[in-house]
Amino acid sequence: MAGSLSTGAAPAAPLLAVEGLSKVYPTGKKALGGIDVMIDRPQLVAVIGSSGAGKSTFIRCINRLVEPTAGRILLNGEDIVALDRKGLRAARRRVGMIFQEYNLVERLSVMQNVLSGRLGYVGLMATLRWRFPPEDIAAAFALLDRVGLDGYHDQRADALSGGQRQRVGIARALMQRPDLLLLDEPTASLDPKTSRQIMRLVRELVAERQTPAIINIHDVALARSYADRIIGLRDGLLVFDATAGELTDEALTRIYGEEDWAPPPSEEDEDEPAAQPGKARAGLS
Amino acid sequence: MTAHQPTPPSVTPAPRAYPDHWERYSPRERMLQWLWTGGIALAAAWSVSALDIEWAFFADAHEQAADLIGRMWPPRWSYLPVIVQPLIETLHIATLGTLIAIVLALPVAFLAARNTTWNHGTWLVGRAILVFSRSINTVIWGLLFVAIFGPGPVAGICAVAARSVGFIAKLVAEAIEEVDAGQIEAVEATGARTLQVQAVAILPQILPVLIGTSIYRWDINVRESSVLGFVGAGGIGLLLYASINQFAWSQALVILMAILVIVIISEALSAYVRSRIV
Repeated sequence: MAGSLSTGAAPAAPLLAVEGLSKVYPTGKKALGGIDVMIDRPQLVAVIGSSGAGKSTFIRCINRLVEPTAGRILLNGEDIVALDRKGLRAARRRVGMIFQEYNLVERLSVMQNVLSGRLGYVGLMATLRWRFPPEDIAAAFALLDRVGLDGYHDQRADALSGGQRQRVGIARALMQRPDLLLLDEPTASLDPKTSRQIMRLVRELVAERQTPAIINIHDVALARSYADRIIGLRDGLLVFDATAGELTDEALTRIYGEEDWAPPPSEEDEDEPAAQPGKARAGLS
Repeated sequence: MTAHQPTPPSVTPAPRAYPDHWERYSPRERMLQWLWTGGIALAAAWSVSALDIEWAFFADAHEQAADLIGRMWPPRWSYLPVIVQPLIETLHIATLGTLIAIVLALPVAFLAARNTTWNHGTWLVGRAILVFSRSINTVIWGLLFVAIFGPGPVAGICAVAARSVGFIAKLVAEAIEEVDAGQIEAVEATGARTLQVQAVAILPQILPVLIGTSIYRWDINVRESSVLGFVGAGGIGLLLYASINQFAWSQALVILMAILVIVIISEALSAYVRSRIV
């Protein structure tokens, strides 16, 4: 199905090709059972599925925060799974990650958190003294301005609101000048309005920087509104991969299982479920 | 329940009998509690009988105490100028010993924390250093270092440092094991090296514990270095020991009061600094 999307001006090697990715945890839980995904253009790819379907494992396997059991992950043609520790560090510099709980270093300032996106490029002494190249500092100020946090650079991260922290998280990831962005439930801890603002920002940044992004998300409505493409996982298998517009009720059933996907029940339907417990009680006595 | 009785039209649900008896502990648990209580009482009784305490000494203890106070009072204030220099030396021993201990404790703490050590072997090495350092009293460390460096403050500094390494490293290692793993994961995901991850993601998280523990240990070390002189490891203890041996009790009282003042000041300072760490 991914093939049907690869029309237009696609580069020779796909930006990201995941081939036969599987993960079995030491506990014996099979989280991923052979996933194939290809991303050949800058687009926002939402990964949806029930809790435990393997979304988080999938996204964490791509930068090997979780070690894959089998399969290949080709980032610009280079297999990340085959890399040694040094190679992996170099590859991770090119993959920015954004987390549900923001994962900022709480006791450091906003600027320190944003600059830590460049840690892969500076030495230990520079790290300890927080001496970064002038172009990095300029880029950090520019990014803070872009995500709407101009002037916040000396605030401590734990003094910010959830939405502000996530913006710092986005700035940190973009400081890496990544070839790929991974977002693990970036809006799950945010209120609906902030969630939409963050999704809009991510969508704009994908277009501006021509960087593809993979985003794990529980909220199907948000995924539909902002993602270019939706991938559905169920029990560690890929069961849906198409544009957001093609996500029908039938597809949702395939991803999440049987459920009434129609809009919430209106007034007249309301007494029907209420009658259910009454029937059960009568049956007991 | 009775209020509901008129309302039901046709179907009356059979009233369920709820238990009116509930106990927090099972008979087995209660028996265990009695066993523990009896065991502790037995241990105390055994200690008293085994120690062969001379109860006759208790009879005139109050007289002896009054006699001692009589010999101590009034304090010999003219002795005060003599003890100023040794008191300052005591503070220096505590401060230098603590500083050396902090420098040594940081790597040991990372070695002894499960989430930062390399493997089980290095973890065991880290834990062994902790246990070794902590299981030997500062005064015993002092005896050892006096044998190595000879009498004087150097032995005292080494003794304080040797005992404090384990204390600081143990508490910092526990703090390292409790850091937020998400912050580490995020910094690792940027492609940072291990030492950078430790400096950027772990160090800021453990800094309050490191500072608080070090100040607290410094406060303990001020007290401990005041007795290090008993074994020749420098400081005010030497004069206290000499005064007691010469039965110069009015002189000993001056030293004890001076130590008390310094301990109160160091404790207040330590409490203030720890309350300011956020």
